[in-house]
Amino acid sequence: MQAFRIHTGKAAPLDRANVDTDQIIPKQFLKRIERSGYGQFLFYDWRYSADGKPEPFFVLNQPRYAGASILITGRNFGCGSSREHAPWALLDYGFRAIIAPSFADIFSTNCTKNGVLPVVLPENDVAELLRRAESTDNYLLAVDLEKKQVSDEAGFLAHFDMDDFKRKFLLEGLDDIGLTLQHQKSITAYEQRRRAFLTPPAV
Amino acid sequence: MFEKIWEDHVVCQPAGEPALLYVDLHLVHEVTSPQAFEGLRLASRRVRRPDLTFATVDHNVPTVAAERKVIRDPIAAQQVEALRRNCRDFGVPLFDIDSAEQGIVHVIGPELGLTQPGTIMVCGDSHTSTHGAFGALAFGIGTSEVEHVLATQCLRQQCPKTLQILVRGVLPNGVTAKDLALGIIGRIGTDGATGHVVEYAGEAVRALSMEGRMTLCNMSIEAGARAGMVAPDETTLAYLRGRRFSPQGSAWEEAAAYWESLPTDPDAQFDRRVEIDAATLAPAVTWGTSPGMVIPVTERVPDPQRFTSEAERNAALRALQYMGLRSGTPVQEIAVNRVFIGSCTNARLEDLRAAARVAKGHKVSPKVMAMVVPGSQAVKRAAEQEKLDQIFRAAGFEWREAGCSMCLGMNPDTLQPLERCASTSNRNFEGRQGARGRTHLVSPAMAAAAAIAGHFVDIRNWEYRD
Ligand code: SF4
Repeated sequence: MQAFRIHTGKAAPLDRANVDTDQIIPKQFLKRIERSGYGQFLFYDWRYSADGKPEPFFVLNQPRYAGASILITGRNFGCGSSREHAPWALLDYGFRAIIAPSFADIFSTNCTKNGVLPVVLPENDVAELLRRAESTDNYLLAVDLEKKQVSDEAGFLAHFDMDDFKRKFLLEGLDDIGLTLQHQKSITAYEQRRRAFLTPPAV
Repeated sequence: MFEKIWEDHVVCQPAGEPALLYVDLHLVHEVTSPQAFEGLRLASRRVRRPDLTFATVDHNVPTVAAERKVIRDPIAAQQVEALRRNCRDFGVPLFDIDSAEQGIVHVIGPELGLTQPGTIMVCGDSHTSTHGAFGALAFGIGTSEVEHVLATQCLRQQCPKTLQILVRGVLPNGVTAKDLALGIIGRIGTDGATGHVVEYAGEAVRALSMEGRMTLCNMSIEAGARAGMVAPDETTLAYLRGRRFSPQGSAWEEAAAYWESLPTDPDAQFDRRVEIDAATLAPAVTWGTSPGMVIPVTERVPDPQRFTSEAERNAALRALQYMGLRSGTPVQEIAVNRVFIGSCTNARLEDLRAAARVAKGHKVSPKVMAMVVPGSQAVKRAAEQEKLDQIFRAAGFEWREAGCSMCLGMNPDTLQPLERCASTSNRNFEGRQGARGRTHLVSPAMAAAAAIAGHFVDIRNWEYRD
């Protein structure tokens, strides 16, 4: 997995709460069997009208936010379906960090497994960042996971919390399965003491 | 109960890391698994416990019998084919499209007796919370975690917080588990249980059948919960006895004794508690694009200005615009042109019985296209044995093969733009049932009644013809 230490990039504001994963990547694009190539379908129903033309008012279609790599958005981002295609689409589009007052649990876990950093900041800080990203051209933010802080060049500075293990995992870009397989012995020992009735009869 | 199950499954707790938990049962479907199997191949890893892993196809299978042999959508066909190949290569049992056991993954787990109290279960699907109805700890996971469980049979989890939702009293006539679930979400919000495992308790929950408990736990994720649970009791044991994968003989005695030891001690501590008075609930209808935007069928579409925060006002305005509704319109004047009775929330036998009872002797409105999609082939067979299919067909409903169908419209069953649907599924998100389609979530009886009347009606005033 791609590690995340410090990332500086253009920020785009998506001022909506409860953005669900059906919006992030609609179901008609879930039938592929690869992990890549989903960026073109990100927020598809918001980016394109029914006849397939770009919606000029949608934030990601505005030329000033082209190349954005940090998304600022409302609470409960990523709710709904567990589809990991959502962080795959965000990453493939170019987003490395998402800043919101809160995230849905499964989505947040899925992000950290793919090197996308979910940053939780208080509601008023997020509101301030939304305002700045809307009113400043080429608004750049620096997201620093080592120091657990978000800053801009105009004096904004906020600290965020992240669980130590997830942080280490992202900083070092660890291999999740490899890490668990170091505990082979414990797993085998557990299997030996497991109740027999828990293993279903063979099909 | 939650703590007992958690502690029973800790494989190890490395310092500074989340616990490593053992997974008793892993259910797999075609949409969230191909990349996981591919990951195993690339790393030359095998499936550690194919005997604890079961797969089926549900999300994108057609529900018209003639279309199931050869799936016309080439990308969907490729995904189903990929699952077949993966199950073959890795030795995982598959309930394929033509098998008698095929169905929505959360419907077949319980009916086969694979879902059992006290276990940890996972599936690459957020509605895995359904299985918590049996007192299992059941988590929805992403594809990376699916790969992790396939390779290690373990899940690394931060210990969640606990929330008890205590439902006092008796559900009034016409108020179902679905209305209870929607009522709870309306009250605590779609992120009201984020980070928590919910345990549902109280007289009204005890009185629910296993089907009702599954409906309730199913929608825990719509309140943001990691999982939802109901403690096992006589109802649970009666449901499980004699099912295909339930323990038999002396193993049953041993299992039953263990299951009976699971319920929460009366003085157990929860991080949070919420109390609901069942008597205050009514048949529910969602009006917006989030399951928390829900009101009783007797009310009117709300005025966005009534909401306190700016974010809520904006969300309500957007939702009304998307749904093509005006504030102040009585819910019972909202006309529908599609009705969907199905999904892992409400497509078990009891749900179909409730809908059939409403439909019996009536006709679907000429302005409505209505369909019934059983949750599994087993549900379909059982319903046909009771002749429910004949009641539905006589009333003008389509009677289909099992699958997720129009719950998310990955197969050919979708809403056309601007069509309005009364649906027994779980998500009314924008475009969920088809691009620009409009979804109202309701119970099976309410959906059947809407199909016949052509608009929402209060099921408590229904004229049953049985
Ligand atoms: S019925 Fe709907 S919610 Fe349930 S598993 Fe299928 S798609 Fe998901």
